[in-house]
Amino acid sequence: MDDHWLTRDTTVRRLWIAFVVILAVLVLLDVTRHEAHFTLEAIFGFGAWFGFLSCVALIVFAKALGVFLKRPDTYYDS
Amino acid sequence: MTASIPPFAILILGGLALPFLRGALRPAALLLLPLITLYLVWQVPDGVALQADFLGNTLMLVKGDTLSRLFATVFAIMAFAGSLYALNQSRTLELAAAFCYAGSAIGVVFAGDLITVFIFWELMAIASTLVVVSAGPSAQSAALRYAAIHLFGGVLLMAGIAGEIAATGSIEFRAMALDSVPRALILAGFLINAGAYPLSAWLPDAYPESSWSGMVVLSAFTTKTAVYVLMRGFPGTELLIYLGLFMVFYGIIYAILENDMRRILAYSIINQVGFMVTGIGIGTQMALNGAASHAFTHIIYKALLLMSAGSVLYMTGKRKCTDLGGLFRTMPVTCVCGIIGALSISSFPLTSGFISKSMISQGAADQHMAIVWYLLAAASAGVFLHAGIKFPWFVFFQKDSGLRPAEPPWNMRAAMIFFAFLCIGIGILPAPLYAILPFPVTFVPYTTSHVVFYLQLLLFSGLAFFLMLDWLKRSLTITLDVDWIWRKLGPAIFRWFDARSDRVWDDLRDAAGRAARGVARGVYRHHGPTGALARTWPTGNMVFWATVLLAGYLVLSYLAF
Repeated sequence: MDDHWLTRDTTVRRLWIAFVVILAVLVLLDVTRHEAHFTLEAIFGFGAWFGFLSCVALIVFAKALGVFLKRPDTYYDS
Repeated sequence: MTASIPPFAILILGGLALPFLRGALRPAALLLLPLITLYLVWQVPDGVALQADFLGNTLMLVKGDTLSRLFATVFAIMAFAGSLYALNQSRTLELAAAFCYAGSAIGVVFAGDLITVFIFWELMAIASTLVVVSAGPSAQSAALRYAAIHLFGGVLLMAGIAGEIAATGSIEFRAMALDSVPRALILAGFLINAGAYPLSAWLPDAYPESSWSGMVVLSAFTTKTAVYVLMRGFPGTELLIYLGLFMVFYGIIYAILENDMRRILAYSIINQVGFMVTGIGIGTQMALNGAASHAFTHIIYKALLLMSAGSVLYMTGKRKCTDLGGLFRTMPVTCVCGIIGALSISSFPLTSGFISKSMISQGAADQHMAIVWYLLAAASAGVFLHAGIKFPWFVFFQKDSGLRPAEPPWNMRAAMIFFAFLCIGIGILPAPLYAILPFPVTFVPYTTSHVVFYLQLLLFSGLAFFLMLDWLKRSLTITLDVDWIWRKLGPAIFRWFDARSDRVWDDLRDAAGRAARGVARGVYRHHGPTGALARTWPTGNMVFWATVLLAGYLVLSYLAF
């Protein structure tokens, strides 16, 4: 039933390869970055590692908060 | 002389007339009145254009400047696109209320004094409540809670305005320092409409309960007029930096945990308004330009995202990520427009969000606010995570839900394509937007450093999203928010007191019953058929008591003389 070209394994693999190549090129392009207002920003590949780590931190924090605050979505119905 | 027609009047009167229009007149009014309003907005000169006397005050009903026209322009464009999108909406109440709502929002941004601000502020609260209410029975309780919070905000604002006028003797709406109780009350009233924590839960509570077209207009006006009044009244107030940053992360965290696609976008409104509030708190020309332009671009891309979500809701009747997925197959236009909105909200280069949000960060950098700048950068990554990828991924890709809905009707597609073009157009050619900002723009968004930095930030957020996809899988859950206090805790406390007061009442009633019965028994014992006081008194008795009295009198007279 689900045979769209976009969902085939080979397509997904190729998309991943393309994505990783783009990421690598972006990190290499960091040499063109000359603007730095703050100390951490001057470290190589700042946008890459800072963006990645921020998102990991946000997901982990959200997950932890969810342990305490998640309820079934019928919670307010009764 | 068209300049004498106040811009707000067209939409408010049009909204009131709309229910009586039949046939082709209604769509004509829906599309033309916002365009006439847009024209009138640009006819408002600088300074006071319309005055009225009210209770001994001279109200400045229409007062123009760059900032007013900027907000009124995007409100009018929004009213037009919202109408186009809602042409096939059969609920007349919603359409009429939406026009009054948009007109009142334009009234607020042209208000030159605090009393006029308050009048339009309350009109907005009423009209927006009607937009929520019109969605039907399922929206009633959320609409009531929405109205209660906004009326409370209105009370704070009115108390503040009364105090401010009493203290300063002036009704003019101008920049204020946060140095008195009335001003704190005014700020609190403004912040409630901005969706600031802790009274923010009205937004994700009520907006997603409105109809597929209702949430599109709701997303634009209330929070953005709040941004406008904060910018006009409290620029550079340091408190707003911290409050804004909190809103930014609160929005991201709750959106990550959310399953309902429209609640994801509702939390993301708070997140985006947080960026603007932070910019207002920084308060420099760069940051204020950033906040103003971000409000402008945000209205467009957020409406686009909600039009995309609304189209999915309209065609499938579903809003939960767990029920959706794989819709890109049969809804390509809705999907592509949703992705363009998602890229814009994430500030992707060549989209409108990029040329506006980065000015706020630049404002922080110029002031050497390192922590603020780092947090804004982390939040920009987080926006891509919670809205930029999450929304399109879970709705249009993810898994095959088996749903094969068609594209929505032409008018809904046209509205989406119009806004998608604006998102990209403003992103590629920011100059026209920069030209109408409140301060001269010295900012160049497209430098190599800047573009490389943002692309790294965003694409590596994307990497984090796909690597941690298992942690982001949606479940049939909600996440408790502040509204738990008035939806669960409040009623529970009420029931507790109710039960206690019942018992106290019962005890009191029993005690009163016992006392009453005791009195009745006493009366019966003394005065009943066998009671001593009820017997017929013999004459002898009377003679005896008369003798006693006389003897007493005799003794007393001896003692006295």
